[in-house]
Amino acid sequence: MATEKRDKEEEEVKTDDGSLKIKPRPIVQLGIFLVAHSPVFSVVFSAAGVLALLILPLLAKNTYISENALMPGSARSMLSNRDVSDGSKLVKDIKNYRLNHEGQVQKLIGKYMSEMGAEVYYQKFHPEGNQFHPLHFFSGPDSYTLLDNVSCASYGVNVAGIIRAPRGDGKESIVLVTPYDFINGGDYEALSLGITGTLFSLLARVTWLSKDIIWLVADSRYGDYRPVAAWLTEYHSPSFKDSDLLKCGELNTADKFRRAGTMAAALVLKVDGRSERFEDTLSIYAEASNGQMPNLDLINVVNYLAVHRQGFYVKVEKVVSLLSSSWLKIIGEIFEAVGKLAHTLNPDWNFGIPTADYLEGSATLASSLYSQALGIPTGPHGAFRDYQVDAITLKVSPRFPPDSKTRQHDFFLRGAKLLEGTIRSVNNLLEKFHQSFFLYLLTSPSKFISVGVYMIAFALLVASLPMVAASLYIDGCKALNNSTLNPAGNFKSWKWLDAAKQVFALHLFGLIVTLLPYFICQVPGQHSPSNRSIMWGTTSSSLLLITFATIPGCSPFSSRRHGTNWAVLKSVTISAAFIGLCLMSIINFATAEIGALLLVPTCLIVQPIKPALRSRRIKSLLGAFCSMVLLTIGFPVMLFAISKGLFGEGLVGLSLGGEFWTWLESLWAWKSATYLYIGMVHLPCWLLCLCILFHPS
Amino acid sequence: MASLVRSWIPLLILQSFLVAVAFGSKEAEQFSEALLLKPLPDRKVLAHFHFENRAPPSNSHGRHHHLFPKAISQLVQKFRVKEMELSFTQGRWNHEHWGGFDPLSSMNAKPVGVELWAVFDVPQSQVDTSWKNLTHALSGLFCASINFLESSTSYAAPTWGFGTNSDKLRYGSLPREAVCTENLTPWLKLLPCRDKDGISALMNRPSVYRGFYHSQRLHLSTVESGQEGLGSGIVLEQTLTVVLQPETTSVETNMQPSWSLSSLFGRKVVGSCVLAKSSNVYLQLEGRLGHESKNVDTEIEAHKLWKNADFDLSLKPDRVLRESSGLLFIFDIDKSSDSEPFDLGLNWKLPSKWSCQQAPLQASRFLMGSGNERGAIAILLKATESQEKLPGRELTDGRCTIKANIFQIFPWYIKVYYHTLQIFVDQQQKTDSEVLKKINVSPSTDKVSSGMLEMMLELPCEVKSAAISIEYDKGFLHIDEYPPDANQGFDIPSALISFPSHHASLDFQEELSKSPLLSSFKEKSLVRSYTEVLLVPLTTPDFSMPYNVITITCTIFALYFGSLLNVLRRRIGEEERFLKSQAGKKTGGVKQLLLRLTAKIRGRPIEAPSSESPAAESSFLSTKLIFKIILIAGAAAAWQYFSTDK
Repeated sequence: MATEKRDKEEEEVKTDDGSLKIKPRPIVQLGIFLVAHSPVFSVVFSAAGVLALLILPLLAKNTYISENALMPGSARSMLSNRDVSDGSKLVKDIKNYRLNHEGQVQKLIGKYMSEMGAEVYYQKFHPEGNQFHPLHFFSGPDSYTLLDNVSCASYGVNVAGIIRAPRGDGKESIVLVTPYDFINGGDYEALSLGITGTLFSLLARVTWLSKDIIWLVADSRYGDYRPVAAWLTEYHSPSFKDSDLLKCGELNTADKFRRAGTMAAALVLKVDGRSERFEDTLSIYAEASNGQMPNLDLINVVNYLAVHRQGFYVKVEKVVSLLSSSWLKIIGEIFEAVGKLAHTLNPDWNFGIPTADYLEGSATLASSLYSQALGIPTGPHGAFRDYQVDAITLKVSPRFPPDSKTRQHDFFLRGAKLLEGTIRSVNNLLEKFHQSFFLYLLTSPSKFISVGVYMIAFALLVASLPMVAASLYIDGCKALNNSTLNPAGNFKSWKWLDAAKQVFALHLFGLIVTLLPYFICQVPGQHSPSNRSIMWGTTSSSLLLITFATIPGCSPFSSRRHGTNWAVLKSVTISAAFIGLCLMSIINFATAEIGALLLVPTCLIVQPIKPALRSRRIKSLLGAFCSMVLLTIGFPVMLFAISKGLFGEGLVGLSLGGEFWTWLESLWAWKSATYLYIGMVHLPCWLLCLCILFHPS
Repeated sequence: MASLVRSWIPLLILQSFLVAVAFGSKEAEQFSEALLLKPLPDRKVLAHFHFENRAPPSNSHGRHHHLFPKAISQLVQKFRVKEMELSFTQGRWNHEHWGGFDPLSSMNAKPVGVELWAVFDVPQSQVDTSWKNLTHALSGLFCASINFLESSTSYAAPTWGFGTNSDKLRYGSLPREAVCTENLTPWLKLLPCRDKDGISALMNRPSVYRGFYHSQRLHLSTVESGQEGLGSGIVLEQTLTVVLQPETTSVETNMQPSWSLSSLFGRKVVGSCVLAKSSNVYLQLEGRLGHESKNVDTEIEAHKLWKNADFDLSLKPDRVLRESSGLLFIFDIDKSSDSEPFDLGLNWKLPSKWSCQQAPLQASRFLMGSGNERGAIAILLKATESQEKLPGRELTDGRCTIKANIFQIFPWYIKVYYHTLQIFVDQQQKTDSEVLKKINVSPSTDKVSSGMLEMMLELPCEVKSAAISIEYDKGFLHIDEYPPDANQGFDIPSALISFPSHHASLDFQEELSKSPLLSSFKEKSLVRSYTEVLLVPLTTPDFSMPYNVITITCTIFALYFGSLLNVLRRRIGEEERFLKSQAGKKTGGVKQLLLRLTAKIRGRPIEAPSSESPAAESSFLSTKLIFKIILIAGAAAAWQYFSTDK
């Protein structure tokens, strides 16, 4: 990138001097060559970028256990039928208790834990947690700010039990989380308590533990994430001040909170629904906030044990609608054919994979990219990532109905064995998880693409931007030199200033629009999401009009006198988009990748529509049509609707605005950097493209 | 007569010598061994081995010892150690279930790893040197890395917070030290019978190290004789405390497990160590006084004490002592022999439940915050249930108060901001003047010395909980201060919480026999408890980074010097003129390109084609080159084709 920029500069010097006769140095020559043929190269690079993204499933490597100390599956499982019957008894007790009693099942679970020999405590928490504050982006987890006017009407109670490692030093711990709705949790949910209860019964008497074990039964009445986050906040940054919450209810939880050192890893176990397949299904969720992933070794260990020891069918989330898409299938077939051809040429070239695998891989990859790009954790494990703890959520779906006693025994045994093996591996670790990858995309539970490979697609996509910007700048300068209209023409090097002003104004507008929801939330009174979105829309558009009106030369509809040359404007826009995308790629790569897929073609293709309509040539008309389509897709609301449709959540109707608002609200509530990207990079660039499209040249 | 006298003199000398020996025998070196067994409320059994070796004050010329280990006496003499304690511990003491207010726990509940403190009898300026030498000597003696305590960043000089007021005291601990049998063997070597005979024969390594808690301690103190010409005597106290889980077959969870010595250790005691003056086994049962009547005079009553409805002992105790909270059975193992080994067993018949006496406040310590930048350490003191019953409350200004000393060492990479100290009592924030009676802070210096915090809190008696928090920044370590491999984090040593107004002692109603173990229990000992060790994850650099840095630096250097030389050496004007002349007599494009290519390959500057012949030569060369390239490519393709075909 640096060389390219330098090329640009040198090339500019050359053009300004006008001494083109002398042959410059090869590297400069290359730069000039690239810039001169930028339309061709931009198309080639963008196409290559998209292609690189499409062949990613082919390049996926098999996962492997990188850290030798983990040694998964090398120890014999110590689980006995006694443990399983303990777990089954717990499930049965809970069921009976809930039939006969009203009240807290937590105490029953607490009693079970203390019978096992664990230290038990209860923790009360408040359901509402996440609130948008513009200045708290990227800051760490909130310090525990308790509201003064706490009402006892709604609060949850977590139960946690700690098994101290018999000979351990208590410096580290492993956390097991089972979210359970104590009020209306179904039979399936109770099974997760059964599995963990079985495991807990074993862990209470084993001697090989070197790290303490914490079992947290999170009260998932108010969602899975919130209780875990509240517990972690209390664990890491407790408030020593008096709180009204402690006085709620009969359970006295004051000063009972116990800790067990630094957390080494956390596993969240959930059981839901019945498996559609013949085997029990295990889904792994790993994405935490802002596309952060746990160490790949943790997933590897779980996957290895689940597949090779316990016979689970392991899957990760995928975009189901892509599986049946015909265009992807065609691409897969092409790749398969190419792979076969390559194999005949040289038997060592084995990069071809069957179409079905390709489809699966791409669907998983798309989902992996999407979840990372969204920046919202896919489960309660996300709360741990804020404290640098590697965590994943395991969602198990048994293949039997929940009341089948005989199957239940086997299910508990296998589930607990899987967790036992994983805990044993983590227990072996003498250091933090560090050996394997942190930046990766999954294409299947046992295949991954590391950062070195998936970066290529993005690099190719954005590589064309500086080239095109340079070539446009040269064109624009030429045009300006020809026309004597511009009074600033005397200052040769300041030609971009007008355009930069406009770009800056629109970026500022983007920033204000990004911050607006905070103030809209402050508006007193209850408003529905659709109302809020209408408020937001109207304020934003009026602000936009004000921006156009006040800053001369900003609007696409202003007179030609003030208007800047569209080529220069486009050049500066592309530079801004380039910088924005590169910055975003550091924060959240997946967002930048998807953003580049949308923004790069739009920025490259957009041209004033008026000359195209005037010329009535098919080529220019086609270009205008393409840019119109891309711009329509690029509108954030439109994008949201398309992504909804793509992920099979049903096409949305009139309530689109409301849903969009809710979606954005969730984004900022989770502190997703994607929200900032949409507001501060995507929206201004989109608006600028719109300005170029309607440029009166 | 003379001959008579002459024959008498040797006799007299002999006699006086014999008298001296007989007189000295009262002051001779003494060794005693004892084992205390104590069932714990959470179905475990505590075994506490106690060996005491006394060397009386002797003439400094005579350095010969009968029983006393020479290594230790040399250590004392060389480094002029006044008092010293070294402990190796594995596992954590469970204050809740194993007690916190008895002499046993206040002396033997030690922090994980190695802890060493020593008081020296040297001038103030030599204390640090003595300490450093002592650590090295002990390191060699006990096969442990105690020498790491030599560095000034790892030890501190507590003034009053440690409980012993001396300015010649040094304290250090190594939380990461793994304790194993290689540390026990040198420790056993100090005993006259090693582990071959007597009580120490019970120390079967697998069973000792299988326990939940394992702490081996060595405490030595010098006793000044007060007489001129005599040196000081040394008292060496060696203890090993283990908490074991008896194997149990019963499924009933509230039933205490029955055990015997052979089931606990896999061995039996066959006779005492012949060199020991006394060798006893004690069995302490807590909370059993209420059932029994006061008089133990009658044989039946005494019999009832050890064989009753609740439990029975397999052997008849030689004596039964009562103390304020329980019973103490004393067994003499002298009578045991090979044919009749001593195998004490305790058989529970009924479920029984009791609780241990706990320290007034239970301490726990934890880290707060997240991220690699900063954090906070919090110490939480919670009132225990037994708090109200305890003696040792003080009335200051008409208020009932509990005093608590906190002593904490901070390694230098934990940069503590002492002004951020916050104290909460019962969820109310208190100002320092309200609860803080004394505080002594010595800040750390980067890479030179560790920081230390001593403070005395004065809390009201009815306190439910107190919390102390102090913020810190995480420091950056130098690259060679990191452990060679990726690490889990760095340790903060345990804090010591002691209660200066509370003293634990066993109060026996009967007069004691002269057992060193019991007399040490009878002495008032300071109630103290150690908190858990904390793990601070520090920023760990990527150690492949140096490689990356080297490559990047080299690239930058190359670019910089390359362009600098270019600028200095190249004459642009000439080059331009040359290029212009070149452009004048323009040759074919391809030819020109080839010319440049060959020039590049040969590494010579482009020669101006002054005549036809070099140009022809160059073109000839280039065709040759092309030919060569084609040949090589063809050969490669052919090789590829044939090799793959096979």
